[in-house]
Amino acid sequence: MTPNVVPQPSFLDHRSPARSGATRPKPIPLPVRQHDVNGTPKVWLKDISLSYKVDNGARLLALDNINLKVKPGEFLCIVGPSGCGKSTLLHLIAGLHQPTSGSVLVDDHKVDAPGTDRILIFQELGLFPWLKVGENVEFGMKMKGTSRAEREEKIQYYLRLVHLSQFKDSYTHQLSGGMRQRVALARALATEPDVLLMDEPFAALDAQTRDLLHDELERIWAETGRTIIFVTHNVREAVRLGDRVAVLTFRPGRLKREYSVDLPRPRHLEDVTVAKSAREILDDLREEISKSLEEQYGLEAAR
Amino acid sequence: MKRLGKHAIFYAALLGSWSLLAALKIWPPYLLPTPKGVMEALYAGFQDHSFWIAIAVSMRRVLIGYGISVVAGTVLGLGVASNKFLEETMGGLLVSLQSLPSICWWPLALLWFGLNQNAILFVVIMGSLLSVTMAMEDGRKQMPKIYAMAGRNLGARGFRLFWYVLLPASLPFIVSGLKQGWAFAWRSLITAEMLYMSLGLGQVLMMGRELNDMSQVIAVMILIIAIGYVVDGLVFKTIERRLQHQWGLTPAT
Repeated sequence: MTPNVVPQPSFLDHRSPARSGATRPKPIPLPVRQHDVNGTPKVWLKDISLSYKVDNGARLLALDNINLKVKPGEFLCIVGPSGCGKSTLLHLIAGLHQPTSGSVLVDDHKVDAPGTDRILIFQELGLFPWLKVGENVEFGMKMKGTSRAEREEKIQYYLRLVHLSQFKDSYTHQLSGGMRQRVALARALATEPDVLLMDEPFAALDAQTRDLLHDELERIWAETGRTIIFVTHNVREAVRLGDRVAVLTFRPGRLKREYSVDLPRPRHLEDVTVAKSAREILDDLREEISKSLEEQYGLEAAR
Repeated sequence: MKRLGKHAIFYAALLGSWSLLAALKIWPPYLLPTPKGVMEALYAGFQDHSFWIAIAVSMRRVLIGYGISVVAGTVLGLGVASNKFLEETMGGLLVSLQSLPSICWWPLALLWFGLNQNAILFVVIMGSLLSVTMAMEDGRKQMPKIYAMAGRNLGARGFRLFWYVLLPASLPFIVSGLKQGWAFAWRSLITAEMLYMSLGLGQVLMMGRELNDMSQVIAVMILIIAIGYVVDGLVFKTIERRLQHQWGLTPAT
């Protein structure tokens, strides 16, 4: 036994086929993950604040001084009540908006525009209805300038990864909600981003489909070695998926607390240990949720 | 089949009553030509190539004019949609200009371009530009914002964002405007051609008038209608069907 042997992350296999010598990428399941503990954080949210003008001219503080480091290959879940600015946070990391103060660093480089190293999967997906499934998956690669032959190969690879190979030539409206979700996942993965940003991707799905996609996402994460930042309002989902769960406060969004989830994988939504951890976080979150509800109903009463 | 039957009955009745009226000889043939006379005029026109030439000349003009309108209208419409100042100022002007028949530009066009093809093109462009511009502006606003965001997120920017995302995403919202623009372009062209010795269909129609040959007038009218109908059926219906197939919905009409 040689204790120094570090398992090769399997994502190298399809990122640089030359290294593995194989022309056809084959995913290798990799249950043991090696995180680069001493290196720079993959994503570093540095003193992020965001405020914007509301209709009456006042400024609303949406995010307040958020500091968060995400390690390479980490699966971070962000939970918070609706209106805490967790989606906005993802938009900032994606570079679609700029923070009012502070900065987003990816590999120590400041983010100031969208880039294919960070791909956001929107809650409403944003699949292009005028393109076929395969063409949707191809889109990011085409924008990146990947060669046609390589694109074709990667379309096959990623559609296979999400079990949609036979739907390459379908239009997106012909698919079910869960299948569309997987197309969005394949489209995001195909640009081979280092960081995958997911905005409540499974919120609109039925329980069975969601369970299935949890398993698939965990598998794909293990196989591709991506860093994932996953936003949800469902605490149990966060515990089910994340290495770490960050709790945000209600308006303005502040980082309330972080939890490490050390439960063994694969996990299941119904595991007692998952439920127990979720319970703990939920108690913490409850105060924020009631604040959010008060605000909502307060506003409704005032109308 | 049932639809075809209904159409057959309707047009047979129409032709029948027309023949009957003409056969009664209440009005002289130069006021009300017979269907047979019109058919003969159509045949003769194609026979001596005058109709073919007129169609070619008119189609060429309308394609150039409409093409310019589509390109310019796209740029204008997107500009108006994306700029608050332009939207508030020019947006209103565009709406009010639409109530102006394009042939009103004819006197100015004559002065600016002279009595030639360019003056006709100008009238055609003024006829369809507004429809295309407003359709584009509308389409850009109605288009769900998520597509632009998703496109940027996937690395599209500048012209590529426009060409690969914004344009196809807004197509279902602009196709009816493009269709309307085509109809206006076609009408404006014929009107302008009637005012000037120009070889096009409009001139052939006026020639019929000057020769007191109402059969020819009606024959050309039928041609003008038929061409408009065929273009609508071949080009726009195809685009609409394609969109329906892709998007899985009925495009805005």
